[in-house]
Amino acid sequence: MKKAVLYINQFFAGIGGEEKADHAPEIREGVMGPGLALKASLKNAEITHTIICGDNFMGSNTEEAIEIIGGFLEDIEFDIFFAGPAFQAGRYGVACGTICKYVEEKFGVSTITSMNDENPGVEMFKKDTYIFPGGKSAAAMRQDTKKMAALGDRILAGEKRFLAEEEGFFPRGIRHQVWREDGLIAADRAVDMLIKKMAGEEFVSELPIPKLDRVPIAPPVMDLSKATIAIVTSGGIVPIDNPDKIQSSSATRWGRYSIAGLDRLESGVYKTIHGGYDPTVADANPNVVVPLDVLRVYEKEGKIGKLHDYFYATVGTGTSEAEASKMAGEMIPFLKEAGVDAIIQVST
Amino acid sequence: MQMCNLIPVAVTVGANKIVPTVSIPYPLGNPSLSEEEQWKLRHHRVGVALDALTEDIKEQTVFKVKI
Repeated sequence: MKKAVLYINQFFAGIGGEEKADHAPEIREGVMGPGLALKASLKNAEITHTIICGDNFMGSNTEEAIEIIGGFLEDIEFDIFFAGPAFQAGRYGVACGTICKYVEEKFGVSTITSMNDENPGVEMFKKDTYIFPGGKSAAAMRQDTKKMAALGDRILAGEKRFLAEEEGFFPRGIRHQVWREDGLIAADRAVDMLIKKMAGEEFVSELPIPKLDRVPIAPPVMDLSKATIAIVTSGGIVPIDNPDKIQSSSATRWGRYSIAGLDRLESGVYKTIHGGYDPTVADANPNVVVPLDVLRVYEKEGKIGKLHDYFYATVGTGTSEAEASKMAGEMIPFLKEAGVDAIIQVST
Repeated sequence: MQMCNLIPVAVTVGANKIVPTVSIPYPLGNPSLSEEEQWKLRHHRVGVALDALTEDIKEQTVFKVKI
């Protein structure tokens, strides 16, 4: 029998309400509270442990809470991780999302939770874990846990790819390659859509544009001559052996490469591995994508204070917004640590 | 600061400061020009991008380039 762990808050553990919301994480063997409803539906695993944490403890001491819970989990074996359901409880939803994201990343185990679509945890974590749209209150406990268990059972049975629109969880922004039963090729489907569009008929895009994710305008650089500038590109320029094995499309990886002491990127030393454009010109002169040669001149002239010692590269073709934002999140700590003031991002 | 060729895409996805580039496969070059002319073009457009970093803009802005 496979093993499941469930995360719940202090309220659903019966410890107390708001007055106990700073309850530190603890782990108990067996099932309690919402676990009983989940257990009733879950066929392919036994819930061996329940982790309980006060919502405020998780909200205010997130790192500490994660560390403690991570320690609990390191000592036990488990095949799947559930949290909630959190219904419309905002702090609980954010807590469930936080811990699911952590567990999935740290332990490589699938995580499933549920919350009402008004719960702020949905927007914050829908890309990081399976979140089912849930009811507003605990009255929906049975139906919400049933959905969580059903997906959990299929994951435990070895199924790997799930379509959000079929299963009903909030889309995670992950793309899958599938064989269509109708065998219709993309060109036919695109032309069908175009004909419908021209006729003013309804059609369903296969690539819905994600909701706009606006970022605030960065404050201007006050003194360029003292600023450190970095180059980031989605144009796929890498050292010729592509040491980080960045994919030539639908990239999930990126690399940063030292340009300290270099005045330009030489052909034959750097190349593009981008699969979405003709590489002839960029391979012959990688500076057309990573303009190191001119930035070095601006640095020597004193127009900019310093060019950051690395350039950062990935491939931007077919790359999902979710992966792009994940990669940005991974790059930013390096840039911040180096005191980079501004970035020039070159796209192909 | 985004330097790119597909300005409408950059506008749609929400880049705030945008400097146009030459094309998709060679954003800051142009094989129909001499190496020297290409360098000048690249120098100019990257210069526009650097200056744009110091601009206090209030809305999305596409900066103008001369070459």
